[in-house]
Amino acid sequence: MTEPILQVESLHKSFGKLEVLAGISLEVQQGEVVVVIGPSGSGKSTLLRCINFLEVPTQGRILFKGEEVGQKEVGGTLVRLPERVLDQQRTHMGMVFQRFNLFPHMTALENVMEAPMQVRGLRRPEAEALGMKLLTRVGLGEKARTYPPFLSGGQQQRVAIARALAMEPDVMLFDEPTSALDPELVGEVLQVMKDLAKSGMTMIVVTHEMGFAREVGNRVLFMDGGVVVEEGKPEQIFTAPQHTRTREFLSKVL
Amino acid sequence: MGYSIKILPFLLKGMQQTLILTAASATFGTLLGLLLALARIAPARLVRTAASGYVTLFRGTPLMLQILFIWGALPQVGIVLPDTACVIIALSLNAGAYIAEIIRAAIQSIDRGQMEAARSLGMGYGLAMRRIILPQTFRRLLPPMVNELAALTKDTSLAMVVGIVELMKASQQQQSQSFRPAETYIWTALGYLLVTMTLMSLATRFEKKLEARG
Ligand SMILES: Nc1ncnc2c1ncn2[C@@H]1O[C@H](COP(=O)(O)OP(=O)(O)O)[C@@H](O)[C@H]1O
Ligand SMILES: [Mg+2]
Repeated sequence: MTEPILQVESLHKSFGKLEVLAGISLEVQQGEVVVVIGPSGSGKSTLLRCINFLEVPTQGRILFKGEEVGQKEVGGTLVRLPERVLDQQRTHMGMVFQRFNLFPHMTALENVMEAPMQVRGLRRPEAEALGMKLLTRVGLGEKARTYPPFLSGGQQQRVAIARALAMEPDVMLFDEPTSALDPELVGEVLQVMKDLAKSGMTMIVVTHEMGFAREVGNRVLFMDGGVVVEEGKPEQIFTAPQHTRTREFLSKVL
Repeated sequence: MGYSIKILPFLLKGMQQTLILTAASATFGTLLGLLLALARIAPARLVRTAASGYVTLFRGTPLMLQILFIWGALPQVGIVLPDTACVIIALSLNAGAYIAEIIRAAIQSIDRGQMEAARSLGMGYGLAMRRIILPQTFRRLLPPMVNELAALTKDTSLAMVVGIVELMKASQQQQSQSFRPAETYIWTALGYLLVTMTLMSLATRFEKKLEARG
Protein backbone atom coordinates (compact mmCIF):
# COMPACT_ATOMS: atom_id res chain seq x y z
CA MET A 1 0.00 0.00 0.00
CA THR A 2 1.10 3.54 -0.77
CA GLU A 3 1.05 6.32 1.79
CA PRO A 4 -2.53 7.10 2.79
CA ILE A 5 -3.87 10.43 1.54
CA LEU A 6 -5.46 11.07 4.93
CA GLN A 7 -4.49 9.82 8.36
CA VAL A 8 -6.32 10.43 11.60
CA GLU A 9 -4.21 9.56 14.62
CA SER A 10 -5.82 8.98 18.02
CA LEU A 11 -8.11 11.96 17.62
CA HIS A 12 -9.80 13.30 20.73
CA LYS A 13 -12.33 16.10 20.90
CA SER A 14 -14.11 17.42 23.96
CA PHE A 15 -16.66 20.18 24.28
CA GLY A 16 -16.07 21.30 27.85
CA LYS A 17 -16.43 18.14 29.91
CA LEU A 18 -18.21 16.22 27.17
CA GLU A 19 -15.81 13.93 25.33
CA VAL A 20 -17.26 13.53 21.86
CA LEU A 21 -14.35 11.78 20.17
CA ALA A 22 -12.43 9.41 22.40
CA GLY A 23 -9.49 8.35 20.31
CA ILE A 24 -10.18 7.77 16.65
CA SER A 25 -7.61 6.46 14.23
CA LEU A 26 -8.26 6.11 10.57
CA GLU A 27 -6.36 5.85 7.32
CA VAL A 28 -7.86 6.64 3.96
CA GLN A 29 -6.18 5.61 0.73
CA GLN A 30 -6.31 7.61 -2.48
CA GLY A 31 -9.55 6.82 -4.31
CA GLU A 32 -11.11 5.06 -1.37
CA VAL A 33 -14.74 5.60 -0.32
CA VAL A 34 -15.13 5.30 3.42
CA VAL A 35 -18.66 5.27 4.77
CA VAL A 36 -19.22 6.25 8.40
CA ILE A 37 -22.37 5.08 10.12
CA GLY A 38 -23.54 5.25 13.70
CA PRO A 39 -26.29 6.55 15.94
CA SER A 40 -27.02 10.23 16.30
CA GLY A 41 -24.64 11.92 18.71
CA SER A 42 -21.88 9.37 18.22
CA GLY A 43 -19.48 12.02 16.93
CA LYS A 44 -19.64 11.47 13.16
CA SER A 45 -20.06 15.13 12.27
CA THR A 46 -17.41 16.13 14.77
CA LEU A 47 -14.98 13.69 13.16
CA LEU A 48 -15.51 15.20 9.71
CA ARG A 49 -15.33 18.73 11.09
CA CYS A 50 -12.05 17.97 12.85
CA ILE A 51 -10.58 16.61 9.63
CA ASN A 52 -10.84 20.00 7.94
CA PHE A 53 -10.33 21.82 11.21
CA LEU A 54 -13.75 23.43 11.49
CA GLU A 55 -13.45 22.01 14.99
CA VAL A 56 -10.12 22.14 16.75
CA PRO A 57 -9.08 18.67 17.97
CA THR A 58 -8.27 18.45 21.66
CA GLN A 59 -5.64 15.79 21.07
CA GLY A 60 -4.27 13.77 18.19
CA ARG A 61 -3.29 14.57 14.66
CA ILE A 62 -4.80 14.84 11.23
CA LEU A 63 -2.32 14.26 8.42
CA PHE A 64 -3.20 15.19 4.88
CA LYS A 65 -0.68 13.76 2.43
CA GLY A 66 1.66 13.43 5.39
CA GLU A 67 1.26 17.07 6.43
CA GLU A 68 -0.31 18.05 9.74
CA VAL A 69 -3.60 19.92 9.36
CA GLY A 70 -4.33 23.04 11.41
CA GLN A 71 -1.96 22.49 14.26
CA LYS A 72 1.45 21.01 14.90
CA GLU A 73 3.03 19.50 17.95
CA VAL A 74 6.06 21.51 18.98
CA GLY A 75 7.90 20.38 22.09
CA GLY A 76 4.89 18.61 23.54
CA THR A 77 2.32 21.33 22.98
CA LEU A 78 -0.06 21.84 20.08
CA VAL A 79 0.62 25.02 18.14
CA ARG A 80 -1.88 26.46 15.67
CA LEU A 81 -0.63 26.84 12.12
CA PRO A 82 -1.03 30.28 10.53
CA GLU A 83 -4.53 30.84 9.17
CA ARG A 84 -3.16 31.18 5.67
CA VAL A 85 -1.67 27.71 5.82
CA LEU A 86 -4.92 26.31 7.13
CA ASP A 87 -6.92 28.05 4.39
CA GLN A 88 -4.58 26.49 1.85
CA GLN A 89 -4.98 23.04 3.42
CA ARG A 90 -8.75 23.35 3.36
CA THR A 91 -8.76 23.94 -0.38
CA HIS A 92 -7.69 20.30 -0.78
CA MET A 93 -10.71 19.02 1.15
CA GLY A 94 -14.22 19.67 -0.10
CA MET A 95 -17.07 19.55 2.38
CA VAL A 96 -20.74 18.95 1.78
CA PHE A 97 -23.11 19.77 4.62
CA GLN A 98 -26.39 18.27 5.68
CA ARG A 99 -28.13 21.61 5.24
CA PHE A 100 -26.35 22.57 1.99
CA ASN A 101 -25.23 26.01 3.21
CA LEU A 102 -25.38 27.54 -0.24
CA PHE A 103 -24.79 31.29 -0.35
CA PRO A 104 -28.34 32.63 -0.77
CA HIS A 105 -27.31 35.98 -2.23
CA MET A 106 -25.57 34.33 -5.18
CA THR A 107 -26.92 32.35 -8.11
CA ALA A 108 -26.06 28.67 -8.44
CA LEU A 109 -23.28 29.56 -10.87
CA GLU A 110 -21.93 32.35 -8.63
CA ASN A 111 -21.89 29.92 -5.72
CA VAL A 112 -19.63 27.63 -7.72
CA MET A 113 -17.47 30.46 -9.11
CA GLU A 114 -16.90 32.26 -5.81
CA ALA A 115 -14.04 30.29 -4.28
CA PRO A 116 -12.19 29.64 -7.56
CA MET A 117 -12.15 33.39 -8.19
CA GLN A 118 -11.53 34.63 -4.67
CA VAL A 119 -9.20 31.90 -3.46
CA ARG A 120 -7.61 30.31 -6.50
CA GLY A 121 -7.48 33.60 -8.37
CA LEU A 122 -9.23 32.39 -11.52
CA ARG A 123 -10.48 35.07 -13.88
CA ARG A 124 -14.21 35.43 -14.42
CA PRO A 125 -14.37 33.70 -17.85
CA GLU A 126 -12.35 30.72 -16.62
CA ALA A 127 -14.36 30.48 -13.41
CA GLU A 128 -17.58 30.71 -15.38
CA ALA A 129 -16.50 27.93 -17.72
CA LEU A 130 -15.49 25.79 -14.76
CA GLY A 131 -18.76 26.55 -12.99
CA MET A 132 -20.85 25.64 -16.03
CA LYS A 133 -18.89 22.44 -16.53
CA LEU A 134 -19.47 21.37 -12.93
CA LEU A 135 -23.14 22.37 -12.86
CA THR A 136 -23.65 20.39 -16.04
CA ARG A 137 -21.87 17.46 -14.45
CA VAL A 138 -24.37 17.46 -11.55
CA GLY A 139 -27.22 17.88 -14.04
CA LEU A 140 -28.00 21.54 -13.31
CA GLY A 141 -26.66 23.38 -16.34
CA GLU A 142 -30.01 25.10 -16.92
CA LYS A 143 -30.26 26.27 -13.30
CA ALA A 144 -27.03 28.27 -13.42
CA ARG A 145 -28.77 31.65 -13.04
CA THR A 146 -31.20 30.53 -10.34
CA TYR A 147 -30.91 31.66 -6.73
CA PRO A 148 -30.79 28.88 -4.12
CA PRO A 149 -34.20 29.61 -2.55
CA PHE A 150 -35.77 28.74 -5.92
CA LEU A 151 -34.08 25.33 -6.09
CA SER A 152 -35.34 22.09 -4.56
CA GLY A 153 -33.34 20.53 -1.74
CA GLY A 154 -31.88 17.94 -4.06
CA GLN A 155 -30.85 20.60 -6.55
CA GLN A 156 -29.33 22.74 -3.80
CA GLN A 157 -27.27 19.83 -2.56
CA ARG A 158 -26.03 19.10 -6.07
CA VAL A 159 -24.99 22.74 -6.44
CA ALA A 160 -23.19 22.41 -3.10
CA ILE A 161 -21.32 19.38 -4.43
CA ALA A 162 -20.37 21.31 -7.57
CA ARG A 163 -19.23 24.22 -5.42
CA ALA A 164 -16.95 21.97 -3.39
CA LEU A 165 -15.59 20.31 -6.54
CA ALA A 166 -14.72 23.70 -8.00
CA MET A 167 -11.70 23.88 -5.71
CA GLU A 168 -10.49 20.60 -7.24
CA PRO A 169 -10.15 18.93 -3.86
CA ASP A 170 -8.32 15.64 -3.31
CA VAL A 171 -10.80 14.46 -0.70
CA MET A 172 -14.52 15.07 -0.34
CA LEU A 173 -16.20 14.99 3.05
CA PHE A 174 -19.95 14.42 3.11
CA ASP A 175 -21.90 14.97 6.32
CA GLU A 176 -25.27 13.26 5.91
CA PRO A 177 -25.80 14.91 2.53
CA THR A 178 -29.27 13.43 2.01
CA SER A 179 -30.68 13.58 5.54
CA ALA A 180 -32.40 16.92 5.05
CA LEU A 181 -34.03 15.87 1.77
CA ASP A 182 -37.51 14.69 0.96
CA PRO A 183 -37.28 10.96 0.14
CA GLU A 184 -37.99 11.44 -3.57
CA LEU A 185 -34.98 13.78 -3.88
CA VAL A 186 -32.42 11.49 -2.23
CA GLY A 187 -31.74 9.46 -5.35
CA GLU A 188 -30.51 12.32 -7.54
CA VAL A 189 -27.93 13.34 -4.94
CA LEU A 190 -26.75 9.78 -4.34
CA GLN A 191 -26.39 9.34 -8.09
CA VAL A 192 -24.06 12.33 -8.30
CA MET A 193 -22.05 10.91 -5.42
CA LYS A 194 -21.85 7.50 -7.06
CA ASP A 195 -20.56 9.05 -10.27
CA LEU A 196 -18.04 10.99 -8.26
CA ALA A 197 -16.84 7.84 -6.55
CA LYS A 198 -16.57 6.11 -9.91
CA SER A 199 -14.42 8.93 -11.19
CA GLY A 200 -11.90 8.03 -8.51
CA MET A 201 -12.59 10.70 -5.92
CA THR A 202 -11.49 9.93 -2.37
CA MET A 203 -14.55 10.28 -0.18
CA ILE A 204 -15.55 10.07 3.45
CA VAL A 205 -19.30 9.85 3.67
CA VAL A 206 -21.41 10.00 6.81
CA THR A 207 -24.78 8.60 5.82
CA HIS A 208 -27.74 6.49 6.81
CA GLU A 209 -28.16 5.30 3.22
CA MET A 210 -27.13 1.68 3.64
CA GLY A 211 -27.76 0.92 -0.03
CA PHE A 212 -25.21 3.53 -0.99
CA ALA A 213 -22.76 2.21 1.60
CA ARG A 214 -23.03 -1.30 0.19
CA GLU A 215 -22.83 -0.29 -3.44
CA VAL A 216 -20.14 2.38 -3.32
CA GLY A 217 -18.31 2.00 -0.03
CA ASN A 218 -14.93 0.31 0.05
CA ARG A 219 -15.03 0.29 3.81
CA VAL A 220 -17.63 0.95 6.47
CA LEU A 221 -16.89 2.38 9.90
CA PHE A 222 -19.40 1.99 12.68
CA MET A 223 -19.04 4.71 15.33
CA ASP A 224 -20.64 4.81 18.74
CA GLY A 225 -19.79 6.84 21.82
CA GLY A 226 -16.93 8.64 20.13
CA VAL A 227 -14.98 5.57 19.06
CA VAL A 228 -14.89 3.35 15.99
CA VAL A 229 -16.56 0.20 17.31
CA GLU A 230 -16.14 -1.83 14.18
CA GLU A 231 -14.90 -1.45 10.64
CA GLY A 232 -14.69 -3.63 7.58
CA LYS A 233 -15.91 -4.28 4.08
CA PRO A 234 -19.58 -3.34 3.64
CA GLU A 235 -20.55 -6.98 3.05
CA GLN A 236 -18.94 -8.01 6.29
CA ILE A 237 -20.41 -5.20 8.39
CA PHE A 238 -23.91 -5.61 7.01
CA THR A 239 -24.09 -9.40 6.91
CA ALA A 240 -21.83 -10.47 9.75
CA PRO A 241 -21.31 -7.66 12.26
CA GLN A 242 -19.05 -8.72 15.11
CA HIS A 243 -20.26 -6.40 17.86
CA THR A 244 -23.59 -6.33 19.60
CA ARG A 245 -23.77 -2.55 19.31
CA THR A 246 -23.30 -2.75 15.54
CA ARG A 247 -25.98 -5.43 15.30
CA GLU A 248 -28.40 -3.40 17.40
CA PHE A 249 -27.81 -0.29 15.30
CA LEU A 250 -28.18 -2.13 12.01
CA SER A 251 -31.35 -3.86 13.11
CA LYS A 252 -32.84 -0.41 13.69
CA VAL A 253 -31.84 1.18 10.39
CA LEU A 254 -32.00 -1.70 7.91
CA MET B 1 -49.02 83.42 7.54
CA GLY B 2 -46.76 86.44 7.27
CA TYR B 3 -44.83 85.34 10.30
CA SER B 4 -44.31 81.86 8.88
CA ILE B 5 -42.97 83.23 5.64
CA LYS B 6 -40.68 85.49 7.57
CA ILE B 7 -39.08 82.73 9.67
CA LEU B 8 -38.89 80.03 6.99
CA PRO B 9 -35.59 81.21 5.48
CA PHE B 10 -33.98 81.08 8.93
CA LEU B 11 -35.37 77.64 9.65
CA LEU B 12 -34.23 76.38 6.26
CA LYS B 13 -30.75 77.62 6.98
CA GLY B 14 -30.84 75.71 10.29
CA MET B 15 -32.20 72.68 8.49
CA GLN B 16 -29.24 72.77 6.14
CA GLN B 17 -26.92 72.62 9.14
CA THR B 18 -28.96 69.78 10.64
CA LEU B 19 -28.61 67.81 7.41
CA ILE B 20 -24.86 68.39 7.29
CA LEU B 21 -24.48 67.19 10.88
CA THR B 22 -26.68 64.17 10.20
CA ALA B 23 -25.01 63.15 6.96
CA ALA B 24 -21.49 63.50 8.33
CA SER B 25 -22.18 61.67 11.58
CA ALA B 26 -24.15 58.97 9.79
CA THR B 27 -21.23 58.33 7.45
CA PHE B 28 -18.52 58.27 10.10
CA GLY B 29 -20.78 56.54 12.61
CA THR B 30 -21.55 53.74 10.16
CA LEU B 31 -17.89 53.20 9.31
CA LEU B 32 -16.99 53.20 12.98
CA GLY B 33 -19.96 50.96 13.77
CA LEU B 34 -18.86 48.41 11.17
CA LEU B 35 -15.34 48.31 12.57
CA LEU B 36 -16.64 48.03 16.12
CA ALA B 37 -19.08 45.29 15.16
CA LEU B 38 -16.28 43.27 13.57
CA ALA B 39 -14.16 43.89 16.66
CA ARG B 40 -17.03 42.80 18.93
CA ILE B 41 -16.99 39.34 17.33
CA ALA B 42 -13.28 39.16 16.47
CA PRO B 43 -11.41 35.92 17.18
CA ALA B 44 -8.99 37.81 19.48
CA ARG B 45 -10.38 38.23 22.98
CA LEU B 46 -8.57 41.49 23.72
CA VAL B 47 -10.11 43.12 20.66
CA ARG B 48 -13.56 41.93 21.69
CA THR B 49 -13.17 43.28 25.22
CA ALA B 50 -11.94 46.66 24.05
CA ALA B 51 -14.83 47.04 21.61
CA SER B 52 -17.38 46.00 24.16
CA GLY B 53 -15.93 48.50 26.66
CA TYR B 54 -16.27 51.24 24.08
CA VAL B 55 -19.89 50.36 23.36
CA THR B 56 -20.74 50.27 27.07
CA LEU B 57 -19.13 53.66 27.63
CA PHE B 58 -20.90 55.44 24.79
CA ARG B 59 -24.28 53.85 25.33
CA GLY B 60 -24.09 54.29 29.07
CA THR B 61 -23.49 58.05 29.25
CA PRO B 62 -25.63 60.94 27.98
CA LEU B 63 -24.96 62.15 24.46
CA MET B 64 -25.15 65.70 25.79
CA LEU B 65 -22.24 64.94 28.11
CA GLN B 66 -20.26 63.42 25.23
CA ILE B 67 -20.78 66.52 23.10
CA LEU B 68 -19.82 68.88 25.90
CA PHE B 69 -16.84 66.71 26.80
CA ILE B 70 -15.37 66.70 23.30
CA TRP B 71 -16.16 70.35 22.75
CA GLY B 72 -14.69 71.33 26.12
CA ALA B 73 -11.94 68.79 26.73
CA LEU B 74 -10.18 68.74 23.37
CA PRO B 75 -9.12 72.41 23.60
CA GLN B 76 -7.83 71.64 27.11
CA VAL B 77 -5.29 69.24 25.62
CA GLY B 78 -4.44 71.66 22.84
CA ILE B 79 -6.69 70.35 20.07
CA VAL B 80 -8.77 73.22 18.78
CA LEU B 81 -11.41 72.29 16.24
CA PRO B 82 -14.41 74.15 14.84
CA ASP B 83 -17.56 73.65 16.90
CA THR B 84 -19.22 71.78 14.06
CA ALA B 85 -16.33 69.31 13.89
CA CYS B 86 -16.57 68.69 17.64
CA VAL B 87 -20.26 67.92 17.38
CA ILE B 88 -19.76 65.66 14.36
CA ILE B 89 -17.06 63.76 16.24
CA ALA B 90 -19.25 63.32 19.31
CA LEU B 91 -22.30 62.28 17.28
CA SER B 92 -20.21 59.84 15.22
CA LEU B 93 -18.60 58.26 18.26
CA ASN B 94 -22.01 57.88 19.84
CA ALA B 95 -23.81 56.61 16.73
CA GLY B 96 -20.93 54.19 16.14
CA ALA B 97 -21.66 52.46 19.43
CA TYR B 98 -25.34 51.97 18.57
CA ILE B 99 -24.68 51.02 14.95
CA ALA B 100 -22.07 48.50 16.11
CA GLU B 101 -24.74 46.66 18.05
CA ILE B 102 -27.10 46.73 15.08
CA ILE B 103 -24.48 45.33 12.71
CA ARG B 104 -23.24 42.77 15.23
CA ALA B 105 -26.77 41.47 15.76
CA ALA B 106 -27.27 41.22 12.00
CA ILE B 107 -24.00 39.34 11.51
CA GLN B 108 -24.82 36.96 14.32
CA SER B 109 -28.26 36.30 12.89
CA ILE B 110 -26.67 34.77 9.78
CA ASP B 111 -26.57 30.96 9.96
CA ARG B 112 -23.24 29.68 11.27
CA GLY B 113 -23.18 27.26 8.35
CA GLN B 114 -22.50 30.16 5.97
CA MET B 115 -19.18 30.98 7.56
CA GLU B 116 -18.32 27.28 7.77
CA ALA B 117 -19.12 26.67 4.12
CA ALA B 118 -16.95 29.62 3.13
CA ARG B 119 -14.06 28.56 5.36
CA SER B 120 -14.29 24.96 4.11
CA LEU B 121 -13.70 26.31 0.59
CA GLY B 122 -10.44 27.86 1.78
CA MET B 123 -11.73 31.41 2.16
CA GLY B 124 -10.04 33.32 4.99
CA TYR B 125 -12.09 34.83 7.82
CA GLY B 126 -11.94 38.37 6.45
CA LEU B 127 -12.74 37.32 2.90
CA ALA B 128 -15.65 35.19 4.08
CA MET B 129 -16.95 38.07 6.17
CA ARG B 130 -16.72 40.50 3.27
CA ARG B 131 -18.01 38.31 0.45
CA ILE B 132 -20.41 35.95 2.21
CA ILE B 133 -21.61 37.23 5.58
CA LEU B 134 -21.87 41.02 5.29
CA PRO B 135 -23.79 41.07 1.98
CA GLN B 136 -26.42 38.87 3.61
CA THR B 137 -26.88 41.31 6.47
CA PHE B 138 -28.00 44.25 4.29
CA ARG B 139 -31.65 43.36 4.25
CA ARG B 140 -31.72 42.75 8.00
CA LEU B 141 -29.80 45.96 8.65
CA LEU B 142 -32.19 48.18 6.79
CA PRO B 143 -35.04 48.62 9.32
CA PRO B 144 -32.84 49.17 12.41
CA MET B 145 -30.45 51.40 10.48
CA VAL B 146 -33.31 53.63 9.35
CA ASN B 147 -34.43 53.91 12.97
CA GLU B 148 -30.90 54.77 13.96
CA LEU B 149 -30.55 57.44 11.28
CA ALA B 150 -33.87 58.95 12.32
CA ALA B 151 -32.69 59.01 15.93
CA LEU B 152 -29.44 60.60 14.80
CA THR B 153 -31.33 63.31 12.92
CA LYS B 154 -33.18 64.18 16.09
CA ASP B 155 -30.02 63.96 18.20
CA THR B 156 -28.33 66.65 16.12
CA SER B 157 -30.62 69.10 17.95
CA LEU B 158 -28.25 68.77 20.92
CA ALA B 159 -25.68 70.68 18.86
CA MET B 160 -27.47 73.83 19.99
CA VAL B 161 -25.80 73.56 23.40
CA VAL B 162 -22.46 74.51 21.87
CA GLY B 163 -24.03 77.28 19.84
CA ILE B 164 -24.38 75.69 16.43
CA VAL B 165 -27.35 77.14 14.64
CA GLU B 166 -29.01 74.01 13.36
CA LEU B 167 -32.77 73.68 13.03
CA MET B 168 -33.50 73.57 16.76
CA LYS B 169 -31.32 76.53 17.62
CA ALA B 170 -32.65 78.53 14.67
CA SER B 171 -36.18 77.93 15.84
CA GLN B 172 -35.29 78.97 19.41
CA GLN B 173 -33.78 82.18 18.12
CA GLN B 174 -36.88 82.96 16.10
CA GLN B 175 -39.37 82.30 18.83
CA SER B 176 -37.38 84.21 21.45
CA GLN B 177 -37.64 87.29 19.25
CA SER B 178 -41.27 86.88 18.26
CA PHE B 179 -42.71 85.12 21.31
CA ARG B 180 -44.73 82.97 18.92
CA PRO B 181 -43.64 79.49 19.92
CA ALA B 182 -46.66 77.70 18.44
CA GLU B 183 -46.03 78.52 14.78
CA THR B 184 -42.26 78.36 15.19
CA TYR B 185 -42.19 74.94 16.77
CA ILE B 186 -44.78 73.49 14.42
CA TRP B 187 -42.63 74.46 11.46
CA THR B 188 -39.63 73.02 13.23
CA ALA B 189 -41.39 69.73 13.86
CA LEU B 190 -42.40 69.58 10.19
CA GLY B 191 -38.74 70.08 9.28
CA TYR B 192 -37.61 67.09 11.31
CA LEU B 193 -40.52 65.00 10.09
CA LEU B 194 -39.61 65.75 6.49
CA VAL B 195 -36.17 64.21 7.03
CA THR B 196 -37.24 61.19 9.07
CA MET B 197 -40.19 60.36 6.84
CA THR B 198 -38.08 60.63 3.70
CA LEU B 199 -35.65 58.15 5.24
CA MET B 200 -38.41 55.71 6.03
CA SER B 201 -40.04 55.86 2.63
CA LEU B 202 -36.68 55.37 0.92
CA ALA B 203 -36.13 52.33 3.10
CA THR B 204 -39.52 50.87 2.23
CA ARG B 205 -38.87 51.32 -1.47
CA PHE B 206 -35.43 49.73 -1.19
CA GLU B 207 -36.83 46.82 0.80
CA LYS B 208 -39.43 46.11 -1.87
CA LYS B 209 -36.69 46.06 -4.48
CA LEU B 210 -34.70 43.52 -2.47
CA GLU B 211 -37.77 41.38 -1.94
CA ALA B 212 -38.42 41.20 -5.66
CA ARG B 213 -35.07 39.47 -6.04
CA GLY B 214 -36.05 36.67 -3.68
N1 LIG C 1 -20.15 22.88 19.22
C1 LIG C 1 -20.57 21.96 20.12
N2 LIG C 1 -20.63 22.28 21.44
C2 LIG C 1 -21.04 21.38 22.35
N3 LIG C 1 -21.38 20.12 22.07
C3 LIG C 1 -21.33 19.73 20.79
C4 LIG C 1 -20.93 20.63 19.75
N4 LIG C 1 -20.97 19.97 18.57
C5 LIG C 1 -21.39 18.72 18.86
N5 LIG C 1 -21.61 18.58 20.19
C6 LIG C 1 -22.05 17.34 20.87
O1 LIG C 1 -21.20 16.32 20.47
C7 LIG C 1 -21.91 15.10 20.34
C8 LIG C 1 -21.62 14.49 18.99
O2 LIG C 1 -22.16 15.33 18.00
P1 LIG C 1 -22.02 15.03 16.45
O3 LIG C 1 -20.61 14.92 16.09
O4 LIG C 1 -22.82 16.05 15.76
O5 LIG C 1 -22.71 13.59 16.33
P2 LIG C 1 -23.35 12.89 15.07
O6 LIG C 1 -22.95 13.65 13.86
O7 LIG C 1 -22.80 11.50 15.09
O8 LIG C 1 -24.81 12.89 15.30
C9 LIG C 1 -23.36 15.42 20.60
O9 LIG C 1 -23.66 15.05 21.93
C10 LIG C 1 -23.43 16.92 20.41
O10 LIG C 1 -24.43 17.44 21.24
MG1 LIG D 1 -24.12 14.66 12.46
